[in-house]
Amino acid sequence: MTQLASREEVQARDDEVQRRGRELGWMSLGLGVAQLAAPDAVRRISGVDDSRTSRTMVPLVGVRELVHAAGLLASRRKGIWAWTRVMGDAMDLTSLGLAIAHRDGRRRRRLIAVTGAIVGITALDLLTAVQATRAQRSGSGRRGGHMDLTATATVRKPASEVYAFWRDLANLPTFMAHLEEVRTTGDRTSHWTATAPFGKDVEWDAEITDETPGERIAWRSTGDADVPNAGTVSFVPAPDGVSTEVYVSLVYDIPGGAIGKAVAKYFGEEPHQQLDDDLRRFKQVLETGEVVRSDGAPWGKRARKEFPQRPAQPLSDAEFEKGPEA
Amino acid sequence: MRANTWAGRNKVEVRDVPDPKILNSRDAIVRITSTAICGSDLHLVDGYVPTMQDGDVMGHEFMGEVIEVGSRVPGDKLRVGDRVVVPFPIACGACAACAKELYSCCENTNPNAGIAEKMFGHPVAGIFGYSHLTGGFAGGQAQYARVPFADVGPLKIESDLTDEQVLFLSDILPTGYMGAEMCDIQPSDVVAVWGAGPVGQFAMDSARVLGAAKVIAIDKEPYRLRMAEQAGHIPVNFDEVDVRSRLLELTGGRGPDKCIDAVGLEATHGSAHIAAYDRVKQAVRSETERPHALRQAIMSCRSGGVVSVIGVYGGLLDKFPAGAWMNRSLTLRTGQCHVQRYMRPLLERIERGEIDPTRIITHRLPLDEAERGFELFKNKEDNCEKVVLKS
Repeated sequence: MTQLASREEVQARDDEVQRRGRELGWMSLGLGVAQLAAPDAVRRISGVDDSRTSRTMVPLVGVRELVHAAGLLASRRKGIWAWTRVMGDAMDLTSLGLAIAHRDGRRRRRLIAVTGAIVGITALDLLTAVQATRAQRSGSGRRGGHMDLTATATVRKPASEVYAFWRDLANLPTFMAHLEEVRTTGDRTSHWTATAPFGKDVEWDAEITDETPGERIAWRSTGDADVPNAGTVSFVPAPDGVSTEVYVSLVYDIPGGAIGKAVAKYFGEEPHQQLDDDLRRFKQVLETGEVVRSDGAPWGKRARKEFPQRPAQPLSDAEFEKGPEA
Repeated sequence: MRANTWAGRNKVEVRDVPDPKILNSRDAIVRITSTAICGSDLHLVDGYVPTMQDGDVMGHEFMGEVIEVGSRVPGDKLRVGDRVVVPFPIACGACAACAKELYSCCENTNPNAGIAEKMFGHPVAGIFGYSHLTGGFAGGQAQYARVPFADVGPLKIESDLTDEQVLFLSDILPTGYMGAEMCDIQPSDVVAVWGAGPVGQFAMDSARVLGAAKVIAIDKEPYRLRMAEQAGHIPVNFDEVDVRSRLLELTGGRGPDKCIDAVGLEATHGSAHIAAYDRVKQAVRSETERPHALRQAIMSCRSGGVVSVIGVYGGLLDKFPAGAWMNRSLTLRTGQCHVQRYMRPLLERIERGEIDPTRIITHRLPLDEAERGFELFKNKEDNCEKVVLKS
């Protein structure tokens, strides 16, 4: 369960980033309001009240702070907004440095104190920005995690028949897009092959862990599968007295590293949609005898992407010969 | 083979494309003898139905001769040499929708069901030549077509009726008929039909066949209104009179008992500011329809009446008069036509001479002149009502 631990770790760090981002947002809001509502006081405290430019600059910086505040408080993407604050800090420090060079006495002391405070804030902004960027990277599947999928469909056949078709596991590749082959190796054991990107197949052994004939099948991968997985499918008679409601639930333990990334990518943006489509083809096969093909998507389950499709016109002989690779 | 293809918005092109092949075991290949241009093809050409691709073969009204059948087409259903009319929705005959005779809602024939589901909540049947949203099936404005589930859909014509007498069983005649049937017509009923295009004309004829006392045709094209009048219906030109006032005049102030919208999403109408409102919203894609005919039908219908919608709608519409609908106990009924359900009974009506589908044909052109056919039909040039293409 190392993967679960790492997922919690990532979650905790993300929470920390969100919390710090919100705090910075409230601080920006306070500074912005102060600079807009009482610019003269801010100029006096900072020691720049002798300059005409500061009359224009202070409210402008206030507006900028309000923009930071809105971004940090309203957006989940704290990273980007924390970086904008870092850029703002750099601008502030530059202008403060210029101001210090032209001041002496009490004004200079005040400017140095304010600059010290801004340096501290800059450090905090920089830390938040870097952490947010890191958390975002690790959240994108590189560290793996679980994928839970459910789908359901109603098939107009009795439960015994629908169950029997599924229980013959060799039938699964006829409608499941990613499965290449399922070979039964024993009463409850089987060997599964799924096509994977870069031409490499993913293989694993599986066993049926629980079974009620006509009602339910549960299975899980065994040994050291590349992508540990488990699933259940239930067959429930529908209220019409003819049909069967099929409920599928799958869990994938997506590993980290290159394989994990490839698997995540392979399942696409919308894994739920893919499982829905798999079940739709299951229904087609049971109700009509095969996967329905159109001219725009002539290869049935092998048409992994719904779009873009080829134009809805007949295939040429060459395309027909070549098959799905065309 | 030669086929009429979609070539971008407002453009069709007759091109050479490969001959169709059997892809599923219940397919048949049909050599097309007659095909037609349908009003709903214009929604594709005008660019209002999404998911069209350059090269898509158009057309969903066609008939011809079976030249090849797949291995699982039973011989008692269909054989090589049979003369068939092909219904536009592709239906499997086995799912729950087909079992309820809701063929245009077939659950198995749309390979792009996922997309249709996002658009419509639940998927709809595959349709020939009608965008990838409805499956990406090549259409029938071609020399040959692949017909999936050939043992379910196509109607065999075994008598010596001409192509022109039976061709419209593929779509517009059953569609018009279903529009009237959904009205549950009583002998005292006055039925008003918005749109005197081909489907509207057949809705009017069907309303009369089903026993309506009076049928009113609403349109702005004088030639279409003349055509309806010659068939015995009462014309109302919405360019010349206020439709609601005229309908009240014709019905003793009650309003029509039953109203049929045979117009759909590209309605044109006299009220300039509403037209501009809808057109602008449609242009920026914040609504897909210009639903003027539907609004007017709901507002005009008598309290407790039925509004039956057979005009095509694609997505979302604005300013739907829900208050009138709810407060005045109106029934709204609609659907893409479940053609398979109506083909045989309507064939019998044609054989008995109760309906004459040929009365709406104004133009007959070779397939190669499909582009001109679309021009004539779309721009209502040369009094064009219905174009039949022969290959």
